[in-house]
Amino acid sequence: MDISAFVLFWAAIFTSNILLTNFLGMCSYLSVSKEIESSIGLGVAVFFVLTATTALNWLVHHLILVPLHIEYLEFIVFIIVIAAFVQFLELIIERYAPALYYTLGIFLPLITVNCAIFGASLFMVIRNYNFLQSIAFGAGSGIGWLLAIMMLAGVRRKLKEKMIPVGLRGAGISLIITGIMAMGFVGFSGIVQIQ
Amino acid sequence: MITKVLLDIAIMSAIGVILALLMVIAQRWLSNYGELSININGKRDITVIGGNSLLSSLSEKQIFLPSACGGRGTCGACKCKVDEGGGPVLPTEKPLLSKAELVGNIRLSCQVKVKNNVKIQIPDSIFNIRKYQTEVVEILDYTYDTKGITFKLLDEQTIDFKAGQYVQLESKPYEKVKQKAIRAYSISSKPSLQNRLQLIIRQVPEGICTTWVHKHLKVGDKVSFTGPYGDFFLRDTDADIIFVAGGSGKAPIKSILEHLAETGTSRKMSYFFGARTVRDLYLTEEMQAFEKVFENFEYVPVLSHPEPGDGWTGKTGFVMPFFKDAIRDPQNTEAYLCGSPGMIAAVTKSLKEYGVPEGKIYYDSFG
Repeated sequence: MDISAFVLFWAAIFTSNILLTNFLGMCSYLSVSKEIESSIGLGVAVFFVLTATTALNWLVHHLILVPLHIEYLEFIVFIIVIAAFVQFLELIIERYAPALYYTLGIFLPLITVNCAIFGASLFMVIRNYNFLQSIAFGAGSGIGWLLAIMMLAGVRRKLKEKMIPVGLRGAGISLIITGIMAMGFVGFSGIVQIQ
Repeated sequence: MITKVLLDIAIMSAIGVILALLMVIAQRWLSNYGELSININGKRDITVIGGNSLLSSLSEKQIFLPSACGGRGTCGACKCKVDEGGGPVLPTEKPLLSKAELVGNIRLSCQVKVKNNVKIQIPDSIFNIRKYQTEVVEILDYTYDTKGITFKLLDEQTIDFKAGQYVQLESKPYEKVKQKAIRAYSISSKPSLQNRLQLIIRQVPEGICTTWVHKHLKVGDKVSFTGPYGDFFLRDTDADIIFVAGGSGKAPIKSILEHLAETGTSRKMSYFFGARTVRDLYLTEEMQAFEKVFENFEYVPVLSHPEPGDGWTGKTGFVMPFFKDAIRDPQNTEAYLCGSPGMIAAVTKSLKEYGVPEGKIYYDSFG
């Protein structure tokens, strides 16, 4: 794909936000967005892991899967790589940066099964990004995800004192808000298209 | 073709093995905190291998904090005071800790990892808690949905508990339920039996442990449990007593009454048992028999939904209105409650309205 990494980075944040246009990574997005503080923690963790695993999976795909002609196994391999990386990261943070562990580390197990992370790795393969583009796309998607969960957490904090119909409380109203936010983000789509 | 498939499987496995190996090595290097000490109550020091949760580190040393969820941080039963070395409170603990507990260094021991030398405080009664192997010797049908099950302790063990305390039973996998479940049940037999104890277990629809007990447990089965737990036991005072129970909540009160029958008491006691219909009543004769044993005891079953065919002539409605006659001096009255959380909330509210001090209302907080 012939698109500069820089443009891809911004496009992944705004015009093709992985959460608001692809609706990936919804479960932790809905469950951890009750407080701004923890939503930022999770968002930053997603950003790190997304950037790193997209790069790792690019290497795994182009250095192992393609030469050996087993691209069809990419689903399983990517998941294993993500799981192992997250575990590894958790161990390192827990050992060497206890303060960071208490703010970020506890969210890492949640991320192993976050589909935004797996999704970014698959998009990178389908869209045929080169290494630099993949890193830019991963980092952009991570920041986009962080932005989306922060916005939802901000809105949900305001909602606490509001009268919401019983049936809509919790996930219901959050999904409606997400839908409205997604429509807002459609406004950016004139800038650049990547899919 | 077949070589291609085999080769692919081999490559796939190799990737998995390499990553797993990396993980094992990393775990060795990174999670190795060496030998650490846990100081308990400023008296006893135990040495453990660091890196595990406080709860499991303690249970390896035969110190069993109560835990109903098996360390997943959902029940909040494993609370203990961590004075030093516990690190900051985790978001996984916060929902289960009150403000007073947060200030008082109370933590969930299943979430605290032992990474430094730790100083903790636990009640002395915890040291009495052990794991027991037992055999089922008797199963009685008390009602259509309530059974009384008697366990005999194996290996000539004895259990030392206070009447009213509970044990945690461990169910085994059955049918579609693959994992073990650990649930708390009050002991219904008297402490003096020592190597036998009885639990009263009511079938909860879809309940993992109660279904196992009701559908699968047979005489002769081996079952393990830990205990005794809890601070729901008779206080040694002269105050009047009100017992209130519903459903299988009869268990701890049966234990307390049987214990009192042995030791003797002249305290004024009233026992209110709330049930829906005549079908839900059990052990009525046994409880009424206590009216002859004690100087001043009455057993009052109250039905909330008696059916016309039942021929019920006793009290109806909720138990709360009948407390009035039983309370002579509210300040000098203790209440012991056992039943559903809803019942306990309603009865506590009503007792407070009658003037019984909150500190003299005792109950177990498991549902």
